[in-house]
Amino acid sequence: MGDEKERTETLDGTPAAAEAAHRPPTAFLEVRDLRIHFPTDDGLVKSVDGLSFQLERGRTLGIVGESGSGKSVTSLGILGLHNRRNANVSGEIWLDGQEIVGSTPDQVRRLRGRNMAMIFQDPLSSMHPFYTVGNQIIEAYRIHNDVSKQVARKHAIDMLGRVGIPQPDKRVDDYPHHFSGGMRQRAMIAMALSCDPELLIADEPTTALDVTVQAQILDLLRDLQEEFNSAIIMITHDLGVVAELADDILVMYGGRSVEYATVDDLFHRPLHPYTWGLLGSMPRLDRERSERLLPIKGTPPSLINLPSGCAFNPRCAYAELNDGRSETERPELKELEPGHSVACHLPLARRKEIWDNEIRPKL
Amino acid sequence: MIAFIVRRLVAAVLLLVIVSMVTFAIFFLVPRLVGSTPDDLASRYVGRDASPTSVQAAKKRLHLDDPVPLQYGRFVKGIVAGDEFDYGPQTVKCSAPCFGYSFRTSQNVLDLIKDRFPVTASLVFGASILWLTGGVAVGVLSALKRRSFFDRAAMSIALAGVSLPIYFTGLVSLSLFAYTWKIWPDGVQYANLLDNPVKWAYNLVLPWVTLAFLYAAMYARLTRSGMLETLNEDYIRTARAKGLPERTVITKHALRATLTPILTIFGLDIGLLLGGAVLTESTFSLPGMGKMVVDAITGNDLPVVLGVVMFTALFVVLANLIVDLLYGVVDPRVRHN
Ligand SMILES: Nc1ncnc2c1ncn2[C@@H]1O[C@H](COP(=O)(O)OP(=O)(O)OP(=O)(O)O)[C@@H](O)[C@H]1O
Ligand code: SF4
Ligand SMILES: [Mg+2]
Repeated sequence: MGDEKERTETLDGTPAAAEAAHRPPTAFLEVRDLRIHFPTDDGLVKSVDGLSFQLERGRTLGIVGESGSGKSVTSLGILGLHNRRNANVSGEIWLDGQEIVGSTPDQVRRLRGRNMAMIFQDPLSSMHPFYTVGNQIIEAYRIHNDVSKQVARKHAIDMLGRVGIPQPDKRVDDYPHHFSGGMRQRAMIAMALSCDPELLIADEPTTALDVTVQAQILDLLRDLQEEFNSAIIMITHDLGVVAELADDILVMYGGRSVEYATVDDLFHRPLHPYTWGLLGSMPRLDRERSERLLPIKGTPPSLINLPSGCAFNPRCAYAELNDGRSETERPELKELEPGHSVACHLPLARRKEIWDNEIRPKL
Repeated sequence: MIAFIVRRLVAAVLLLVIVSMVTFAIFFLVPRLVGSTPDDLASRYVGRDASPTSVQAAKKRLHLDDPVPLQYGRFVKGIVAGDEFDYGPQTVKCSAPCFGYSFRTSQNVLDLIKDRFPVTASLVFGASILWLTGGVAVGVLSALKRRSFFDRAAMSIALAGVSLPIYFTGLVSLSLFAYTWKIWPDGVQYANLLDNPVKWAYNLVLPWVTLAFLYAAMYARLTRSGMLETLNEDYIRTARAKGLPERTVITKHALRATLTPILTIFGLDIGLLLGGAVLTESTFSLPGMGKMVVDAITGNDLPVVLGVVMFTALFVVLANLIVDLLYGVVDPRVRHN
């Protein structure tokens, strides 16, 4: 309770002490030490635990990680969609100068749709089965634009056409279940883009789609970004998806970031053993799934009882090389080179050596 | 759409045929299988102390000697085309749909039902409005204020409501409101709606509330759990992500999805109750279908029982059909083209 009050004060920009601690954000989107914990009967689920990143307008950040690493929970946190009754959210999220974690529900609500929007993971369950696709887009548009139904309808048809749905003036009156998977995903994108959001979060927008449709959707997002100069967060468990689209990539493991770098650095000079594993398990057209050269052994960690030390240590092939530090001491995310942060105890020179000699040749 | 209705109507008729067969078998075939003779049936019809001749006459008039399938055929023919009963000196014509005559009072069963139905319909009509509005409102509030004092209190009362039998709640309310506080000093006396609407409503208040309490309790629980489930749906999250105010999220998105399945249950409950709200009618001595069928069962009045069962089945089938049609309107996923 006291917590809440304090947050509201910082939002209103009052106490000087808080002001000093919270440097004014320089980036368009700035997430600082975000923590999202769910108290459950089994224990405290630390889905996101100390995440920080930044994003500028017109740029794309890829967030990559295995299932359960906290990607969706992070995006819902940015949109302020966690229920305050069952989620403990702390840290700061600055969107264009406004702090979200400490804002009142109504303040965050006003930002949703226009300032930030989200393309959800599963478009079928994420659209209301009882309303036409058109009505759902019209509704989204009219929340933030004081226009008549007719004008909003024209806009909805426009949006559907823009995301590549054929005969948008007819499909606008269809229900979500009339759409195919790919078309539904496009409709979802049209809905998210209907108010030209400055920040667009796309949560696995292409899973469950075939490769051609996948490429079309990614092209679409790229075009739309050029048109609106929006910032995009692209969430995926597949590095291949973000390779072309993203400017920066954040690799998440067990609710934390283990590597944060530009696309170029991440693909050509990756410095974290988990990233090596992700690169090794990237599905490639010229290779069968079973032939992945560097599979990541083991299963994702429990978020209630993370392994001590480095959360990746039970699955890491290099955990023994650090005098036991991997088991006892949690590696902090450190900026080793400009714009390239990694959380790993392995000496940098050794890491580069392993990458150059052992990993890269096998990819 | 038309094809759908026709298909459903055909299915409904088939269902009614099956219901009639089963009911007929229960009352006319099973007794024979366990050893009753046509004479036993006939003597039930004429009463305990009848002379053998009148028993024989009744047996002949009702064709109780015929094989059961033939009797069933005559029953169906009576419904479709009417029937004639031979009373020696004169024959009585029973025009279609003919459900025969009461063993006890010799009245035409259809006339009896026509007589009793308005009572049951009045009871169910008033109670259903009460329980639907009350149950849904309480359920929605409980879900929105989960774990609050209101929620806990409402759900405890609802639990009591579904567990307490109507003859208990009914008798308690009668003894309090009618006999102790004398708000209804003469108890409950059914008055015809058309003769005296005020008296009609005044006398039905206690039965309405008693019946509605049970159903409202069930509906409150159903609505609450349905609402909680809906609020967890992805599309509710999407509605919030658009920036919709919470009130719109609840009323336009959540409520719509929650109420749709409740509509089905509501239709079926009404259909079933129209065949007789047995406990409520018995508790308040309302001369409805339920009271009639209880009396008929205790008095071995087979034609009346059979008639009421057929009508109840008809109501349930009709309610089902209406609900299905409505469902197509409210849930586009099951729209019938
Ligand atoms: N409301 C909640 N209560 C408890 N635990 C939760 C809740 N929401 C999410 N979690 C847990 O948080 C973890 C991270 O979930 P999240 O949905 O962010 O994973 P993800 O990275 O998006 O995975 P995926 O690739 O499968 O979508 C999961 O283990 C999940 O069980
Ligand atoms: S800290 Fe140790 S266990 Fe963790 S990734 Fe680095 S080497 Fe592997
Ligand atoms: Mg996810």
